[in-house]
Amino acid sequence: MTSTPSVVQNSGQVLPAGHEPANLGDILERVLDRGIVIAGDIRVSLLDIELLTLKLRLVIASVDTARQIGIDWWEHDPWLSSRARPPVEPGPRDPEEVEAERRPRVEARARRRDAEREEWDEFDG
Amino acid sequence: MSSTVDCGAGDLVADTGRWLHGVVREADLGLLTGLPGMDGEPVRPVRAGGLVAVVSSVPLTEYGEEALRRNLEDLAWLERAARAHHRVVDALARAGAVVPARLATVHHDDGRVAASLTDRRAELVTLLDRLSGRGEWGVKGYVVPGATPQAEETAGPGGAGAAYLRRRRAQLTAREDGQRAAASAAAAVHDALSRHAVAARRHPPQDRRLSGAPTAMALNGAYLVDTATLSAFAGLVDSLRARHPELRLELTGPWPPYSFVAERPAEPALVREPAC
Repeated sequence: MTSTPSVVQNSGQVLPAGHEPANLGDILERVLDRGIVIAGDIRVSLLDIELLTLKLRLVIASVDTARQIGIDWWEHDPWLSSRARPPVEPGPRDPEEVEAERRPRVEARARRRDAEREEWDEFDG
Repeated sequence: MSSTVDCGAGDLVADTGRWLHGVVREADLGLLTGLPGMDGEPVRPVRAGGLVAVVSSVPLTEYGEEALRRNLEDLAWLERAARAHHRVVDALARAGAVVPARLATVHHDDGRVAASLTDRRAELVTLLDRLSGRGEWGVKGYVVPGATPQAEETAGPGGAGAAYLRRRRAQLTAREDGQRAAASAAAAVHDALSRHAVAARRHPPQDRRLSGAPTAMALNGAYLVDTATLSAFAGLVDSLRARHPELRLELTGPWPPYSFVAERPAEPALVREPAC
């Protein structure tokens, strides 16, 4: 029925050493948000990290997709330098995703509004 | 000619820092030798109090306070750093229990790293005990559109515009129903998985642009699973997949136990004794 793989070996033993794990978003979520906090001598405050995480959630990983649905404010945001670029290859395209991008602009705009609402709900709390 | 090793004394003296990847009980020197750290330089052990901190030496021009603040906001730099750090932590996790350090934990020198180990020895030992023989697995659940029955489109008066609005309203209702069904399925899946895990945690769902998925994420769970009961856990994911067609479940791992070392979890962790 479903053709999606049941296990994604992001950091798994089946991959030979030195292979890049698949999903940058998953890695960033973990290394920024989690892990033990030991006060080093070089201070990067937790607040800095949290703001960074928030910004990343807003822009990273699917920059192409975001652009296609009309979200491009980071291109004018000094937070992201002129060197800003899609940080990852999108990887194998999910047919569902390709299909989703073909949907009419009306729905894309609705999605964008919803996405924005979700984000602010998420970070207001 | 005379140089002082006092921190910050000379411009050219204390110009490297120690980036902490993680803490282990015992590091296999063979493993560390072949393991590239930040900027591809090999990682090194720093030992104290019966523990080993695995560190990379890093130039403070790039990893000092001001430089870090700037570099962390450069997506290309951040990606490189995150992958390099994760690669080390992951290699350590495959060899045994590791307490991963959060990104950008930098000390001035080996002595300061050793002092951290000694100061937090009790806590680190407790964590390592709890993590050994276990791995972190991620289970994400994405909303499956149309998994709940669609409302019939009712015919009505008006032209194409009215018909469009009716259709749009029906779509929105269907989507709300779908999201509600997905949320309750996510809770059920998380409960079931938690019962088979040593510890479990629900993280905020990833934004669609972060996940890259076409539909919303309803579940972003992390589970600490005994290696011995791993196949039962994977089997449970399969059966939950069959039981909840309203969610597309994705199992990832093994991850280093990033989600199970926080001293102040965002929400109370569901901790229980090994299930079997």
